[in-house]
Amino acid sequence: MSLEPGAIITEPGSSARYETGSWRAFKPVIDANKCTACGICWLYCPEPAIIKGKPHTVDYRYCKGCGICANECPFKAITMVAEEHK
Amino acid sequence: MKEVLDGNEAAAIAAKLARVKVVSAYPITPQTTIVEKLAEFISNGELDAEYIKVESEHSALSACIGASATGVRTFTATSSQGLMLMSEMLFVASGLRLPIVMTNVNRSLSAPLSIWCDQQDSMAVRDSGWVQLYCENNQEIMDSTLQAFRVAEELLLPVMVCFDGYILSHTAEPIEIPEQAAVDKFLPVYKFPHPLDPEKPVTMGPLGVPEYYEEFRYMLQETARASKKKLVEIDKEFKKHFGRSYGLIERYHSDDADVILLTMGSLSSSAKEIVDTYRKRGEKVGLVKVRSFRPFPVKELIGALGQAKAVAVLEKNISLGSAGGLFLDAAASFINVKPAPLMLNFICGLAGRDVSPLQIKEAIRAAARVAETGKVKRALRWLGLREKVLGLKV
Repeated sequence: MSLEPGAIITEPGSSARYETGSWRAFKPVIDANKCTACGICWLYCPEPAIIKGKPHTVDYRYCKGCGICANECPFKAITMVAEEHK
Repeated sequence: MKEVLDGNEAAAIAAKLARVKVVSAYPITPQTTIVEKLAEFISNGELDAEYIKVESEHSALSACIGASATGVRTFTATSSQGLMLMSEMLFVASGLRLPIVMTNVNRSLSAPLSIWCDQQDSMAVRDSGWVQLYCENNQEIMDSTLQAFRVAEELLLPVMVCFDGYILSHTAEPIEIPEQAAVDKFLPVYKFPHPLDPEKPVTMGPLGVPEYYEEFRYMLQETARASKKKLVEIDKEFKKHFGRSYGLIERYHSDDADVILLTMGSLSSSAKEIVDTYRKRGEKVGLVKVRSFRPFPVKELIGALGQAKAVAVLEKNISLGSAGGLFLDAAASFINVKPAPLMLNFICGLAGRDVSPLQIKEAIRAAARVAETGKVKRALRWLGLREKVLGLKV
């Protein structure tokens, strides 16, 4: 791998290779029984690390554990659970 | 073609001859007539460029950074407080490796409020990764500005061309203006390797995480070091085209000198006159002028000063709590080298105070005494200081 002067990244979309899930201290756990698949969490997730479906799931490779989804979920279907030490 | 021009006009004409595509500036004190002249060139059609008016010097350099990132030749000019306000973006420009050329007209910093000449402004940003060239006269301003674009673009390193406020910026002297066709040959159309282009997206200014940041600083330092060789190479090529060259340093009667004055900028001219008077009397006094302060010409100074008994560094700045910037780097050049001259540092000419022949002679006398005795009582001294006003014993 060679470094470009000025730290220019010439390959578009390369940030997908940087999995930010390791930053997480708390992880969102979606209760499949409560989730109505309304999409609010998907809309609010800044990453975006919510995968739409019935129920929605979390892409833990990228989820930084910010907790916005848990805060916004109108059905209280998302709980933030402490990560175990890796 | 010869014309009588002041330093500001020389810089503006050089930027025009370089066919810059973007100029961005903030037109308030301490701005200079350089950007006024360029605005005139653009409005009357002599120069095909965008002139971006902004609300501060911070924004002026930011606009230049954006413009340069699209791959066009970019120029700005500032001075004193303006350079201070730019300082955050100076580090961004060099870190992004954008070959912006900027003129800095050397003027003092507040407080107390002052608009007169000294070199404190550019000295305060010496660590920013910009090449810094200091000019002695208006011809050198014209020529250094043209050289600056070549050096900047070939190395992807921004270059600051510095010259003394008023002493050069507002003083006219006859200088040779190169022909446009000759400049076009010397300075071909600029091509940035990865310009911002929606067809070929790139990321500029990404996060420099701890695993990478150090490597990019290393690369920047290696390039800054390599700029020494590049400056010499471009200077030689410039000579082939235009018949003039300047080098990283200039040696003036210094080869056999026991006492050498070390200077930067327009002060060198006055000091050379004084050196001449000593030489006429057969006294071995010489002068070395530093033109390239960044990169610092360590090897060249060891060669030029190594055989002297004493060196007097005269400079118009001070790193408060330490000593003058030129002195510090010159002294550090000899840290592992023998023989090394004894060194004195004379702070002088702050905020436009004249450096008189009497003061320069005082420095030479002090250095001669040190050369004779081999002892330095006080390395840091002030020239022209009004001791009585300060209540000091004279």
